[in-house]
Amino acid sequence: MSLLSIKRLTKSFGGLTAVNNVSFDVEPGQIVGLIGPNGAGKTTVFNLITGIYRPDQGEILFDQQAVSRLPTHRTISLGIARTFQTIRLFQNLSVLENVLSGRHCLMKSGVFSSLLHTPRQRREERAALVKVLQYLEFVGLSDQAEQLAKNLSYGNQRLLEIARALATEPRLLILDEPAGGMNEQETSSLVALITRMRENGITILLIEHDMSLVMRVCENIVVLEYGSKIAEGSPEEIKQNRRVIEAYLGTEDEE
Amino acid sequence: MQKKYNGKINPRNAVYTAVAVVLAMLPAFLNPYWVDVLNSIGIYAILALSLNIIVGHAGLFNLGHAAFYAIGAYTAAIINTRFGVPVLWLLPLCALTAGLFALIVARPIIHLRGDYLCIVTIGVGEIVRIALINNVFGMTGGANGIFGIDRPSVFGYTVRSPYQFFYLIWAFAGLTIFLFHLLEYSRFGRALNYLREDEVAAEGSGINTAHYKLACFVVGAAWAGMVGNIYAAKMTIISPESYSFWESVLMFTIVILGGSGSIPGVLLGAFLIIGLPEIFREFANARMLIFGAAMVVMMIFRTQGILPSRPRSYKLSKLRAGEGSP
Ligand SMILES: Nc1ncnc2c1ncn2[C@@H]1O[C@H](COP(=O)(O)OP(=O)(O)O)[C@@H](O)[C@H]1O
Ligand SMILES: [Mg+2]
Repeated sequence: MSLLSIKRLTKSFGGLTAVNNVSFDVEPGQIVGLIGPNGAGKTTVFNLITGIYRPDQGEILFDQQAVSRLPTHRTISLGIARTFQTIRLFQNLSVLENVLSGRHCLMKSGVFSSLLHTPRQRREERAALVKVLQYLEFVGLSDQAEQLAKNLSYGNQRLLEIARALATEPRLLILDEPAGGMNEQETSSLVALITRMRENGITILLIEHDMSLVMRVCENIVVLEYGSKIAEGSPEEIKQNRRVIEAYLGTEDEE
Repeated sequence: MQKKYNGKINPRNAVYTAVAVVLAMLPAFLNPYWVDVLNSIGIYAILALSLNIIVGHAGLFNLGHAAFYAIGAYTAAIINTRFGVPVLWLLPLCALTAGLFALIVARPIIHLRGDYLCIVTIGVGEIVRIALINNVFGMTGGANGIFGIDRPSVFGYTVRSPYQFFYLIWAFAGLTIFLFHLLEYSRFGRALNYLREDEVAAEGSGINTAHYKLACFVVGAAWAGMVGNIYAAKMTIISPESYSFWESVLMFTIVILGGSGSIPGVLLGAFLIIGLPEIFREFANARMLIFGAAMVVMMIFRTQGILPSRPRSYKLSKLRAGEGSP
């Protein structure tokens, strides 16, 4: 049974068809790469999965449940978490509180228990903080917990986005160009991090420009061009696919 | 892990205690006029703290807060003068009516962004004021308002003089500060900050942003409604003029000038905006000029306010010591 099933997904912006009749599946425990030249519609697919945009046509099933009409926060609490291509942290809040935001949907305290700090509220807060420290440890940011997010290096801000996403305890994590702006060393520790997340049972859907990274970590790769899927397969198959070489590497040469 | 007291006094608590002690003794040295000024400061401080939930924490510009204040005041006035229910008993009802009103008016406008929301809230404030002047439901007494509201009584003692009101108002202010401080350090308070910082990221981290936008309006409005109750009981007569656009502007200015999102900032803002014009009464004409100039200078050089909000701190060392391996 697929964890995520994208079925004939279409989305247009005005006259431009950003995603055109795209279908693919993500199996539990897989690391799937979504690649393609700039403007191919990759981020739009992510925004459709997480309910930021509504599809014009098609269906998105997460664990057999249709999610494409749900508000974003509902898809998150169902177990899909994401990071953003252009970093979207809460810049003026601490690293710790950025990750705490991910715990929000797993906590219960409402306005009255928040006003009164009931014993249950205090217990919940403490448990959430302990969890947050674990996630910061996991991505390697625990010594910067009290920094403001905006004071982190670019690479660390990417890691913080991952920690915030992990804090929601997702079953599916979707990463939009997580290595963007990272140096080589940061990228290789990102690869290690992605592998560790998969070992913890998280399924990963990954957009990435760094082809060597994609080829290293993904089991299955979906290639988009001008909004349409042009290929799907293992890294070896994708490497040898004529259309992919033309479409993807072609534009890479022009750049 | 055993708990250990490290012998240090939290400096913030020390400042709060010192200010509270000085404030509590002030009436002994002041004539009724100045005590009444302090009472005004107290009322505006609570109003601005309630507005701070919306403007400071959630970052939603609301320039119509006087509407909620008015709903609370009129609820207290109408029920008290018609049915004789003691005013202070009506506090929960005033919170409820103002909160409910906020829920109804905020729902359709909450998705508006920044300046648009701001303009619509100005409209809401004006509609309420004009409705009150036009004697809606034949209950608000039109432009003359409602008179003959009972004085509040606390444990059988009627609160009458400015001195007595001083302790009632500032006790309520103290309670407000305490509860809102707790609110700031909670899931609710943080959610409002996430909303303010980046709405898309907040939603993408699992926060129901529409819910929290509404909730902060309801909480802020309910609190302003309770202040309305106390104000009505203090004045014994209320009229629409007390809930003009200017009142909303004052509250908004207190929040922005004092320090958006910062409780000490808002308190200081109330003292400056309400207190200073009284101190400089001799310069009657020049004082608004100075006030305006001070605002301009502030907004250029210190946009975050005089006492800006500071990041929350958590006692991490304790948690780290107590935690096992992940
Ligand atoms: N909100 C939007 N409004 C209009 N056009 C958009 C919007 N989002 C994306 N697009 C367009 O859709 C196309 C695909 O964009 P995107 O999904 O961001 O590509 P990728 O992530 O593959 O680089 C681009 O041509 C982009 O300009
Ligand atoms: Mg993109």
